[in-house]
Amino acid sequence: MSTATTEQPKKTAKRQSRTKLTIRRFARNRLALVGLAVMVILFLMAYIGPLVNKYDYLYHDYMAFNAPPGGDHWWGTNQGGQDLFALTMRGLQKSLVIGLLVGVISTLVAGAVGAFAAYYGGWADRILMWIVDLLLVLPSFLLVAVMSPAFQKAGWLIFVVLLSAFSWMITGRVVRSMTLTLKDREFVKAAKYMGVSGPVIIFRHILPSMASLLIIDTVIQVGAAVIGESGLSYFGFGIQAPDVSLGTIISDNTTNAPAYPWLFYFPAGCLVLIGVAVSFIGDGLRDALDPNASGAKAKAKKIKTGETKAGATNLSNQLQGPTTSTDVLSPS
Amino acid sequence: MTDSTNPSQPSDSTRTKEGLRPVTDTRLDISQPVLEVSDLHVAFPSEAGQVRAVRGVSYAVRPGEVLGIVGESGSGKSVSSMAVLGLLPESAAVTGSVKLNGRELLGLSDNEMSKIRGKDIGMVFQDPLSALTPVYSVGTQIVEALQIHQDLTKVQARERSIELLDLVGIPDPKRRVDNFPHEFSGGMRQRAMIAMAIANDPKVIIADEPTTALDVTIQAQVLEVLKKAQDVTGAAIVMITHDLGVIAGFADRVQVMYAGKPVEAGSVDEVYYSPRMPYTIGLLGSIPRLDDTERRALTPIEGNPPSMVELPKGCPFAARCPIAIDRCREVEPTLSVKEGNTHPTACHRSHELGDTLDPAAIYPVPEVPEASDLEQRPRGERATVLELDNLTKHFPLTKGAVVKRKVGVVRAVDGISLDIREGETLGLVGESGCGKTTTLLEILDLPKGQVGTVTVFGKDTRSMNRADRKTLRRDMQIVFQDPMAALDARMPIGDILAEPLKTHGWDKERIAARVPELLELVGLNPDHADRYPQEFSGGQRQRISIARALALEPKLVVLDEPVSALDVSIQAGVLNLLDELKTRLGLSYLFVAHDLSVVRHIADRIAVMYLGRIVEVGDTQSIFDAPSHPYTQALLSAVPLPDPRRERERTRILLTGDLPSPANVPSGCRFRNRCPKYLSLDEAEQLRCRDEDPASAKLADDHSAACHFAKALEVI
Repeated sequence: MSTATTEQPKKTAKRQSRTKLTIRRFARNRLALVGLAVMVILFLMAYIGPLVNKYDYLYHDYMAFNAPPGGDHWWGTNQGGQDLFALTMRGLQKSLVIGLLVGVISTLVAGAVGAFAAYYGGWADRILMWIVDLLLVLPSFLLVAVMSPAFQKAGWLIFVVLLSAFSWMITGRVVRSMTLTLKDREFVKAAKYMGVSGPVIIFRHILPSMASLLIIDTVIQVGAAVIGESGLSYFGFGIQAPDVSLGTIISDNTTNAPAYPWLFYFPAGCLVLIGVAVSFIGDGLRDALDPNASGAKAKAKKIKTGETKAGATNLSNQLQGPTTSTDVLSPS
Repeated sequence: MTDSTNPSQPSDSTRTKEGLRPVTDTRLDISQPVLEVSDLHVAFPSEAGQVRAVRGVSYAVRPGEVLGIVGESGSGKSVSSMAVLGLLPESAAVTGSVKLNGRELLGLSDNEMSKIRGKDIGMVFQDPLSALTPVYSVGTQIVEALQIHQDLTKVQARERSIELLDLVGIPDPKRRVDNFPHEFSGGMRQRAMIAMAIANDPKVIIADEPTTALDVTIQAQVLEVLKKAQDVTGAAIVMITHDLGVIAGFADRVQVMYAGKPVEAGSVDEVYYSPRMPYTIGLLGSIPRLDDTERRALTPIEGNPPSMVELPKGCPFAARCPIAIDRCREVEPTLSVKEGNTHPTACHRSHELGDTLDPAAIYPVPEVPEASDLEQRPRGERATVLELDNLTKHFPLTKGAVVKRKVGVVRAVDGISLDIREGETLGLVGESGCGKTTTLLEILDLPKGQVGTVTVFGKDTRSMNRADRKTLRRDMQIVFQDPMAALDARMPIGDILAEPLKTHGWDKERIAARVPELLELVGLNPDHADRYPQEFSGGQRQRISIARALALEPKLVVLDEPVSALDVSIQAGVLNLLDELKTRLGLSYLFVAHDLSVVRHIADRIAVMYLGRIVEVGDTQSIFDAPSHPYTQALLSAVPLPDPRRERERTRILLTGDLPSPANVPSGCRFRNRCPKYLSLDEAEQLRCRDEDPASAKLADDHSAACHFAKALEVI
């Protein structure tokens, strides 16, 4: 803006890089900070909680079956007399890590495969899309179920890989179609003619442009992974007894939930908290990455003048739709 | 033209010195005005506050009269016409009065307005593609327009719509009436829109930027049709545009709008020859003109239009006005005839303009940069920067989803040869679809496997490896047309400028030093490096694009329509900047544009492109003074001049039809089926045009044209 509002006198005219700006913008978003805090608390609880609690998740308290929360057992016990807090914390450890990893990995794979396929086109596109279609056609649940006994000893990391391997395809296709339109945009061409290499263009320009899609997808994937994992665990694959995850705790206790509601509320509450925290963080990231988002703009009124003006011009431009596009649409 | 178009008659008006409301020009008072708008206000609610898009517009038009409303984007010109038509969203607060033949239109219900729209008021919109429904044939849509307002049978309505299409010059209307909009070209769609607008003999036609989306040759055709439509219906026309050239030749009276208000009104001659409002003066001074013979710097209007949400106190133009005084910042002037003026203006100082103040001198004229040593050297002695030899780009047309069969070839670029020397600007002009952009992209792709050669700085692109290409990219950069699309909206501009530097391996300290330097170079504040592109105006964004292109100190900059998305007052600043940078940094430009006036202003040499070929090339002087290819002549004659008198005297060479598809190139000379000269030739000569593809023939030292019968003709 020529309305060069004097920004607060800066010590140095040092330029902020994109990453720093993004972090600053993220930090301005209250809800995102709340989400981040909840996430941190959940992690702390999951790993420190068991140290504080006097019961181990494997210990059966034969004096207290289905005991309500309070006193000795903070969150009550289940039918087998296991301490629910200890169980939930143990489950949380697994589910948090699995959920987040699967969410992030599958979205990354989806983004990379979709964007590379569309950006390079030709054979790369064809082969990658064959793989996508193949994986889409295969009944993934069955496949994971069939394969997981083979990996039983290998632990939960393999499980993460399996879960992510089967959950990225639809997003991958969406990313591909978005990339197809983005790659003809002038800023991508400009980068190309500057000599920027393909992979750099993809990660610097194309993927950030669809950040909102990717972030929302991650949030959904995290929830889906926790649930999906519990589904598999229910059938005896994935997390195996006596080890537990949030999913197994919830599914184990579903039948008893009407009579002993705490058996459901506590683990399910943790699951909901994960979901909410992830989506708050996601929203914050999206706003931080998207310069148009109002949430991440500087709150201080004085700095804002410049920005509001910019916003207002944009707005009046929008109202002037026909006129503005006029000049843009003129014959080329 | 109707008899009312003689505004140069001496005025016997009985105007008072007070503000006129509505601003009427009584000399044209042959009859009552058909449309009378007075004190129209439009405001929209928005997050940031109320957007006061229109703040008191008044005008009146009489039958057969053409009123031009000019203004830049955001000046409220389109909103005011939408308000007249009752097409604004419900949330808009509209006050004032709009009278059609004495009947108040504001406050009518949508149903009642529907009976007026299309019947008494015809509309022509800017974008003919979105104004026609794609799923119905053109004929059906005209029939619909007719049957809504008139009691006609299907057969009658169809006959009438064929008549209408014939009237607006659609060839073979009987067959064309059943075509769908996508089968029509842009120009034909706009004609069909005009046919619909005049279908019910309207009393007023409101045309909102009717030719902005069209090429100049098509624009000339459409304006001709619009004039004819007016003759037939005797309607009044309200013509809204940002193009001062179009208004000069077409309108009888003009109203200049700024920040939602008319700031000057009068007959075209008054406004063009004795403007009395600094904004109008600035606007007229900032447009490059086709008839400029001398190279001069344009006078840009500094700054940007104010935000319509928080309008400053006083005159909205004060912040950009070179002669603003304290009073301007306090009191907003009203539109009235000031002492010693012939027409109303909204300026506190207009009585001084033309009296003690010279209107031509109020804007500081930027200096024309002194030609550098490089530029003074004769062309032959300079090194060649870019050379194209028979560059060809054909796209195969395929059919079938599974097995692709080749059914044809699109000859987007069909053998182009040209060269650019150091410190030179080559303007590449032509209508849309002629292959200009394809040529550019083909050059920038540094192709390997094509027919013909691209030689950059003496190196053939075909023999280059990857590393060579990357090095070469440093020396040639591009600036795109749309500055918003060309900058990644998610990167702060500092990162945008750093990107090319990073790519070519500059270290952090050097980048950190270079970025503020670049911003300063293009006249932006270096402190703004961590802002996002959205926070800048269009002109500033284009400056950022230019800065990015210059980051690596290239030798050749390819400019793809760099100013066509900008308002004229902003455009002038960017053009001056380009001029200055070229001299200072010894750059060469390949400047692609459709606006010939801009090209004349900036280019040293010009190449005119038609359907994938260059039909005429030469130095700017010879192309403009002695255009020899009939296409160049038609192109030049179609460009409207912002000069009413000359515009009235000019005769245009109107081309028939549209640009043929590059998939179906005519035999022999590819221009022959639209060529005005072809028609005047005898049988044997015509045969030659049909059979023999004309080669480029030298006419003068630096001037050649590809026409068998090339002959210079003065057209400007």
